Amino acid sequence: MENLRPNSANPKADLIYRRKKNAEEMRYQVVSFALMIFLTLIAFAAVHFDGFSHWFVAPFIMLLAVVQVIFQLYYFMHMSHKGHETPQLFLFSGLAVALITVLTFVTITWI
Amino acid sequence: MSTYAHKKSFGATVWDYLTTVDHKKIGILYLIAGGFFFLVGGLEALFIRVQLAVPNNDFVSAGLYNEILTMHGTTMIFLAAMPLIFAFMNAAIPLQIGARDVAFPFLNSLGFWLFFFGGVFLNCSWFLGGAPDAGWTSYASLTLESDTHGVDFYILGLQISGIGTLIGGINFLVTIVNMRAPGMTYMRMPLFTWSAFVTSALILFAFPALTVGLFLLMFDRLFGGNFFDVSAGGNTIIWEHLFWIFGHPEVYILILPAFGIFSEIFATFSRKRLFGYSSMVFATVLIGFLGFMVWAHHMFTVGMGPIANAIFAVATMAIAVPTGIKIFNWLFTMWGGNIKFTTPMLYAIAFIPSFVAGGVTGIMNAVAAADYQYHDSYFVVAHFHYVIVGGVVLALLAGTHYYWPKMFGTLLNEALGKITFWLFLIGFHLTFFIQHFLGLMGMPRRVFTYLPNQGWETGNLISSIGAFFMGVAVIILLINIVMTQVKNVRVGNDPWEDGRSLEWAIPSPPPFYNFKQLPLVRGLDPYWIEKMEGKKEMTPAEPLGDIHMPNPSFLPVTISFGLFVAAFGAMYHVDDKNWALPVLIIGMGITLISMLIRSVKDDHGFHIHKEDLENEDDKGGRA
Repeated sequence: MENLRPNSANPKADLIYRRKKNAEEMRYQVVSFALMIFLTLIAFAAVHFDGFSHWFVAPFIMLLAVVQVIFQLYYFMHMSHKGHETPQLFLFSGLAVALITVLTFVTITWI
Repeated sequence: MSTYAHKKSFGATVWDYLTTVDHKKIGILYLIAGGFFFLVGGLEALFIRVQLAVPNNDFVSAGLYNEILTMHGTTMIFLAAMPLIFAFMNAAIPLQIGARDVAFPFLNSLGFWLFFFGGVFLNCSWFLGGAPDAGWTSYASLTLESDTHGVDFYILGLQISGIGTLIGGINFLVTIVNMRAPGMTYMRMPLFTWSAFVTSALILFAFPALTVGLFLLMFDRLFGGNFFDVSAGGNTIIWEHLFWIFGHPEVYILILPAFGIFSEIFATFSRKRLFGYSSMVFATVLIGFLGFMVWAHHMFTVGMGPIANAIFAVATMAIAVPTGIKIFNWLFTMWGGNIKFTTPMLYAIAFIPSFVAGGVTGIMNAVAAADYQYHDSYFVVAHFHYVIVGGVVLALLAGTHYYWPKMFGTLLNEALGKITFWLFLIGFHLTFFIQHFLGLMGMPRRVFTYLPNQGWETGNLISSIGAFFMGVAVIILLINIVMTQVKNVRVGNDPWEDGRSLEWAIPSPPPFYNFKQLPLVRGLDPYWIEKMEGKKEMTPAEPLGDIHMPNPSFLPVTISFGLFVAAFGAMYHVDDKNWALPVLIIGMGITLISMLIRSVKDDHGFHIHKEDLENEDDKGGRA
């Protein structure tokens, strides 16, 4: 009978599980990589196409950039995995502070 | 293996400290360097008070007064208070969390040397054509108009030492997240560790704003930029925003570790668990967070409009809530405690009313409409000296007495310590209390002299007399230090007898690997728990094994020295001096080559073998 327990001392014990996990991980990476290329193409197309006003294009590209950052963090830098809670806390609290500061500048403090 | 038995030559000791990556020795380096700059800044403060003691005084000229005033503020904040905070963080944090060193010992050393060379560079300005004279805030309109190289020394010196601080902050974040001993959960960390953790996060988020601001100012001054030059389409207000986005968190970077040190002292000498531990942690984090939402209260009179002023006024007042939580928790810690009036405890008790006074005037300043009256008057000077001296400096003096045995293995003389305390406390209130009223009577800050018959003479004279009380107090502290070290009476693990956290479970000073076996932490105040169960030492959490230690390195000194040299080149380049560019290139070369050596040379550290640890007598460094 095959031993599938991950805490076994035998390094080959959970080989099947790890192989499956790695294949799954690779699939996510390839899919998100393809999506990122696609999003970049859309961004270029949006600028190239004359029909859109720049009031639409600029925020649209920024939105695409945000999506790309999320892909980058979660799929390429493995923030979706367990054990990344502290980096997430710091990342998001830093982001919150920075966004509130920017929001303050564009709404009330600029003279 | 008797590490202390043989005497090392003086040269060997110096080399040891130049190359050390041990957090305890780096803490001592921070203490010495920060203490030196504290004396320099204190001397500048005395010059200010001598000049202002009587009306129409001509002790110093107007220009020199501006330089002294600028350097007093800059030195005290960046070169004295921050390094001294880092001194105690280095000395205590790894011990408190049960770690053998910080996460990145090499970077720890690099952080110190960057700060040191930045500070030396800034102070070189005294001998090279004049110190900065645009105030410690160095507002861009003044900076861009300054004729001497003084403000360039400020920009480049703070840039270099700022990198050091940023490195130090990140190092402590990683250390506290990753290197806690088994059982040391976040909610079992001593409050000094908690405050150091939040402070490091504030450094991480606040210092980039200063770095950006200094870079923009550097481009304007040295490379023909126009970020702040209004006549060329720039905006001088941007500097104020960038400076205070950094500057307000900066004052919390200073005060939070002070709160931490006092929390340790209150619990230790009341011989009671800290009252409301979890609310203390909550308040610390909340103060850290709110610290980023209030920077514009330094700029109420700039003309941002009523909406911005109102929002920032309310946000500022909100900070009084977590601070109040802390004050009440300290009072309740003492309530019913078995209080021992040691020197650190005297400082802690005196801190409460002093700091509350500073907090109350802070709320007064936060009322935007009233601030139009207080702004740029001595009232503001009195306010921030009450929070910085009444909070941070009292904590640093208390910490010096409290942690001295753990850092040096000797106990400072209590009698002299109490004399220092009383002289300093009386001098402090004498100097700054009267300044509230001078401010309300209309005396503006940053003036080099004033005319007689405005009702300011008595107040200024009293203030100057108080400053000399503080000066005498510091001299007595120095005498105390020298006497104690000459007598060299060694103390045991727990010289205060009521130590609660892990650092008091190991020898003073600890062996260079801190813990022979990592301790098992069974709750808040782990050493106290063991003592209450009749044990003399911590329960080990691991079997005795080889200990991995980092190698010492001289590279942090050369990396920092290279930037020091390069800064001279960058600064004199604008004068078309033909040696400036080569100096800049040589300096950057020293830094980059040192970094390259660090990158390509494998340095795996060394192991202390199990057998050597077993042979050592059992007094040393058991869990």
